[in-house]
This record gives sequence, C-alpha cells and structure tokens, in this order.
Amino acid sequence: MAKKTPYYDKHVALGGHIVNFGGFLMPTQYKSVIEETKRVRATVGVFDVSHMGEIEVTGPDALRFISRITVNDPSKLSLNQVQYSAMCYNDGGIVDDLLVYRLKKRYLLVVNASNTDKDFKWIKYNVKENVTVKNISDDIAQLAIQGPDAEKVMQKLTDIDLSKIKFYWAREGKVADIDTVISRTGYTGEDGFEVYFNKTYADKMWDAVFDAGKEFDIEPIALGARDTLRLEMYYRLYGNDIDGTTTPAEGDLMWITRLNKTEFNGREVIIKQKLEGVKRKLTPFELLDKGIPRHGYDIKDDKGNTIGHVTSGTLSPMVERGIGCGYVEPEFSKLDSEFFIDARGRLLKAKVVEAPFYKHGTHK
Amino acid sequence: MNFPKELKYTKSHEWVKIEGDIATEGISDFAQEELSDIVYLELPEIGTKVEAGKAFGTIEAVKAVSDLVAAVSGEIVEVNEELVNAPETINSDPYGAGWIIKVKMSNPDEANSLLSAEEYEKFVQEEH
Repeated sequence: MAKKTPYYDKHVALGGHIVNFGGFLMPTQYKSVIEETKRVRATVGVFDVSHMGEIEVTGPDALRFISRITVNDPSKLSLNQVQYSAMCYNDGGIVDDLLVYRLKKRYLLVVNASNTDKDFKWIKYNVKENVTVKNISDDIAQLAIQGPDAEKVMQKLTDIDLSKIKFYWAREGKVADIDTVISRTGYTGEDGFEVYFNKTYADKMWDAVFDAGKEFDIEPIALGARDTLRLEMYYRLYGNDIDGTTTPAEGDLMWITRLNKTEFNGREVIIKQKLEGVKRKLTPFELLDKGIPRHGYDIKDDKGNTIGHVTSGTLSPMVERGIGCGYVEPEFSKLDSEFFIDARGRLLKAKVVEAPFYKHGTHK
Repeated sequence: MNFPKELKYTKSHEWVKIEGDIATEGISDFAQEELSDIVYLELPEIGTKVEAGKAFGTIEAVKAVSDLVAAVSGEIVEVNEELVNAPETINSDPYGAGWIIKVKMSNPDEANSLLSAEEYEKFVQEEH
C-alpha cells in the first residue's frame, strides 16, 4: 500500500493532484506547474520532501565505510558539511544518488524515496567495518524551503545565523523551537534550505514556515514544478537519467567521482570506461523547434537513425523552450551538436547546450 | 468542476455543441484541469475530414501530450486560430473562447451516442 507523508492531508486540502510517486501518495501540482516554478524562482516556495529516505551511519569506521560505498570522497567533509555523491554496484551501475551529511557523532545519508529500502539493504550488505546502519526514514519529516527569499523566511524562525551557513553546509539546532538538521541545499538551483526533524512536529513546522513566509507570498510547491526546477539546472533524476544500468561515467557524473580513492564499489569499471571511453553519454539539449521533449522519445540523427533516447524533458518555464537530456553516442554529445527528437513522429531539431539551462539561479 | 447541460461529451473528455449540422468541439473543464498549463496545439487545416473516435490533432501541456479526438465525423469548417498563440485560453475558458474546431457533420445521428452532462459527470467521478 502506498505510504503517506505527515503532510498528505494538507496536500489534499490544498487541492493537490495526488499520484503514487515512488510508493508515496504525493501531489504533482497544486495550481500550475508553471506558476509554481516561477514562485520558487521569484520569491520562495515550500516542498514536502518527507518521502526522502534518511539512513544514519555511526561507529568508528563510518567514514571508511561510506568512502567505500560512495563515489565521492567523504574524507573531504568537515563537520557539518554536505556532499553530493552516488552509490554504485560493483559493475558501476548506480544504486542511487544521495547527499552525505557529516554531523556530530554520525553521518546521515539522504536517499531517493523510492530507493530507500533497496539502498538500505545494499548498504547493510556491504558492511564489513565496525559501523551501525539505521534507517530512520519513517521518523523524519523534511521540508525544502527554496527561493531567493528563503533565508529571510527561515531566519525569522531560528537563532542560528543562517548567513554563516554556506552552500552545502548544515547545522544542527532549533528552528521554530523544533530540533532540526538544517542545510543550505536543494534541488532547484535557487538559494534555500532543507530542514529535517521528527515527524511529530510536522504541522508545527509547516505553520511556522508559512507564517514567516507570508510577506514573500510563500506557496506550497508540488512534484511537477520540482521536476522542471531540477531539470532547468540539469540535476539528475534517479530512475530517469541514471539507474542501475548506467554508470557515473555515462551519467555525466565524473565531477563527483574520485578515482584517486583506492577502493570504492564500481571503481574498476568506471576507470576502464574513463580510459576507453563510453558508448553513450547523458547529454543536455535544448529544442530549436517548438515542442516538448519527453521521457522515452527517440533521439535521431539527420538520416533518421536512432542514436539514443530522452530520459527527461519538459518545457522550461524560465527558458521558455523545450529542454531535456538523454543518452546519445559520444560523438553527438559535444557542445553545439545537433540532432532530432522524435516526438510521436514529428522530428524536432535539438542542439547540445551547456548546462545548466537556466543560468540565473541564486544558489550560493 | 463545470459540466454545462447543453453540451454533449465523449469518454475521451471532449465536449460538443450541436447547432443544426455544425458541431463545435473543445475539451472539458475536467480535461483542461487534468492537463493544466496547456502550451501547444497541433490543429488540422480547414477542409480536413475527421472521423468520430479518431485523432485530429494534439494538445500538449507541460505535464503530458494527448490526442484530440473527434467526437463526430465530418469536415472541419472552422479552426480556432486564436489558440495557436494563446493555447492557455483552453485552461481559462474551455467551453467558450477555448473551443477548438467546428465540424460540418456527415452523420448527425452520431451525436445521439454521445454522453449527456449527467452521464459524463458520473463517468468522470467513477474514473477518478
């Protein structure tokens, strides 16, 4: 049976269109994907991201263990710092992408909702060091407060000096008189915070945030706008852009992959791909023609040969044209390469562009 | 949600208004709300023959793309060209300025098999 976050009743009361997303009943939109996207880019919006998974790693070997199961290098993390990373299988396929928080006495791994159980099993299966791994997802509620005015909203609710928290850093402390982990992170490209707290306080936190945000026209934002916002930044979506059949080298994630680490799952395959080249590469493109690229559409060359497929696509509310990404043969992944998106038989001309698609994000 | 009594409906969520042998077609309030954010339309030329139950164009929203399905058979005599530059009109006024095509019906009896407002409303509630 599909799970609900503590905010399910709020989503329904707010007129959210509810779907089953990764095993959770979540809203895809309240009013309009375009309006919600613009709200976050203009002032501030709030996402219920309580469906995300949180896995706690403690014990003397926690750092060594996390280093072995992730592609980025957690030894680079200072206390209260956050890192974007990925876990791979031994064949290089991606188990999940995730955030690694180094907190006092523990590490927190924040994983994708639909992958939480799979990830937890995989993490436990990999344990050979002296660590304790705990899935605390069911106890934790999470809100993402995103937009250029996010700091002004959240500063009203806490004594922590938020201006001192840099991008991809966190603090533990009271927000709205509730114990939290608060980090300057997000999935939108705007400045903003993600706040983790016990779900018992879900309503209290929601009300406090919306009260504080009133003067900035704060609004709830659903998954539809979350998808356009993240795609405008070319942030990957697990299950679409990356999955167990794609590696970090193919998924354009070498910027988080530290091959100088001597040991981590998937290392050999990724090194081999780096040396020999990949057969396909995730590539961001913009449409030159009017239309919307969509997940699953074929990508074709000028002779009509299929050279790949679209993994994510939308109409960018900010760039105001079709944007997307997909796997193509490497010769087509170079900047300014042109190809066609087969939109139900209509061939739409597309060009490889530099990511992000939206260049004016306020993230620090 | 609004289901005007004077209109007929299809299970693919189009509405038609019959005046003599001319049927005006659009998409229902329910359909526009489900699609939301309509951004593109692909519409046929005047003179195109359409067949009841067959696609005559496409409607594209940020969320999804769908076929526009002819409610009745006949020949298109008018296309709402305003929608090409302002497709969001369908969101704001699905039964008025958001009409899509006018068809000269070749078989007016087909209209009898369309759903009434009550039947369509019941269908929508059962489906969702």
